[in-house]
Amino acid sequence: MNSLSLAVRDSSTMLRRNLLHARRYPSMTLNLLLTPVMLLLLFAYVFGGVMSQGIGDGGTDRSAYLAYLVPGIALLTVGGTTIGSAVSVAIDMNEGIIARFRTMAIHRGSVLIGHVVGSVLQCVASVVLVGAVAVAIGFRSTGATPVEWLLALGLVALVSLALTWIAVGMGLSSPNAEAASNNALPLMVLPLISSAFVPVHAMPGWFQPIAEYQPFTPAIETLRGLLLGTEIGDKGWAAVAWCLGLAALGYLWSTSLFNRDQK
Amino acid sequence: MASSVMPTSKTAPPPAVSAVGLRKSYGGKTVLDGIDLRVPAGSVFALLGPNGAGKTTAVKILSTLVAADGGQAQVAGHNVATSPDGVRAAIGVTGQFSAVDGLITGEENMLLMADLHHLPKREGRRVAAELLELFDLVEAAGKPAQSYSGGMKRRLDIAMTLVGNPRILFLDEPTTGLDPRSRHTMWQIIRRLVADGTTVFLTTQYLDEADELADRIAVLNDGRIAAEGSAQELKRLVPGGHVRLRFSDPSAYGKATAFWPDATRDDEALALRIPSDGSQRALRTVLDRLDSAGVEADELAVHTPDLDDVFFALTGPGVPRHATGIQPPTTHTDQTAEDAR
Repeated sequence: MNSLSLAVRDSSTMLRRNLLHARRYPSMTLNLLLTPVMLLLLFAYVFGGVMSQGIGDGGTDRSAYLAYLVPGIALLTVGGTTIGSAVSVAIDMNEGIIARFRTMAIHRGSVLIGHVVGSVLQCVASVVLVGAVAVAIGFRSTGATPVEWLLALGLVALVSLALTWIAVGMGLSSPNAEAASNNALPLMVLPLISSAFVPVHAMPGWFQPIAEYQPFTPAIETLRGLLLGTEIGDKGWAAVAWCLGLAALGYLWSTSLFNRDQK
Repeated sequence: MASSVMPTSKTAPPPAVSAVGLRKSYGGKTVLDGIDLRVPAGSVFALLGPNGAGKTTAVKILSTLVAADGGQAQVAGHNVATSPDGVRAAIGVTGQFSAVDGLITGEENMLLMADLHHLPKREGRRVAAELLELFDLVEAAGKPAQSYSGGMKRRLDIAMTLVGNPRILFLDEPTTGLDPRSRHTMWQIIRRLVADGTTVFLTTQYLDEADELADRIAVLNDGRIAAEGSAQELKRLVPGGHVRLRFSDPSAYGKATAFWPDATRDDEALALRIPSDGSQRALRTVLDRLDSAGVEADELAVHTPDLDDVFFALTGPGVPRHATGIQPPTTHTDQTAEDAR
């Protein structure tokens, strides 16, 4: 068996293992969905009236703010789900079975790849579920073409991939689940200080660079453009560059952590 | 220089495991200080030592989990440092801490192993079912492994290791924490595997376990092999068997000492240690002499040498290295000291 088919075969075995975990213990995945759904409802129904004045089209139309909000909530869902990945990697690394995998003639990276692919699938599924809630409370993306829909889905998957590799590194570098959950918190905090809830230009001047130059803002703006037809501009390329950069960084970081000598 | 560890004949097959001058330290603390090992294919080898002697580290190096700082090792003909995947394809490892996936069922654990060994679906199912049967886990097969008892987890652990049909099996303290019944079951399992031609490398801190199972035993103490040989050879290392007579009457003690001038005297306890093999004949001689002298001992105890004596003699605190002088392994200080730098 050549090394590529070995990698594919072992990684899909590991993926099946992780999906089995997720299916057997769905409570963690579902708990992670609570935060984005709660934020969606809170901002749409409670803060929406006030917040909508900041989005720039002057009106206080709740459905306009809901449309503005949903792309940000979608990527916040991805961030939250990857915190779960960091935690489950940290838990898994403390399991004796990982040492067993290391003594077997299997593809070295398959353990991590299984986690990453599983997590990306979980992220996409979570975004679909949160999206369904959004549609149920009135979100519509009728202007988007099927190609834009596919691109939107692809963007969600790409962001998931990038954030998951970072989250896996965070999980590997954490001694236990609690530490992993703390270390991975930026994945949830970053979307809160992005353009998810209010446009960057509505923020205080000193804060605008923080919101502007971070991965979530260009990704959210791109998703917004794809779903709602707003201007994307160079944000699309910025989003893709951020994602590829983070994915590569996370991959190198994670594999070097995984391959370091075990005590 | 490896050949000086143990005499070998020219026709001997290549050893399943061999190591020369293995060294490892963690954060400045030396855990393995140049050990040599040689395990013939098809035999059972026990690495015996107290906690912290370096047993687990030795297993981790030989099973490619950690890299040695110095020395080299070959397992199944492959160098552990340069050809780890060759080693991994030939070995099965059951570590000290259970290596099962607690979140999925016993059967799912077995099928996971079958998939990772690239067995065809049908074949994998067959092997899994057979091993679950063999290890008496059929009833528990559908339950999550984290609900298993310690003994069941250990059995599942070894069953998973056997899915790949390994030629060489590493068992790190396979019976630690098991109740006596599970321990004996584990011993039976190991004997059955050996009968099928598997080479077994086990570590243990139990002397009776090494005595029961192993063809050869190496006593590891403080990162060095203190002695190596069969159980019989090791028992010969320590002055062992004796009959201990204790008296309460000093005059009876005095009379008895005259009869056994070669005995070791303990004047304070009024006790004599008479060298003896503990056989019926030897005991009768002692009793007959006591009768003919007309003295009566208050207490008579027979002590036969066992691995405990060897163990305590070799691993006690303050024991100088290679104190026994019998079959000391060659030291590699010259070579490995350079490696360390």
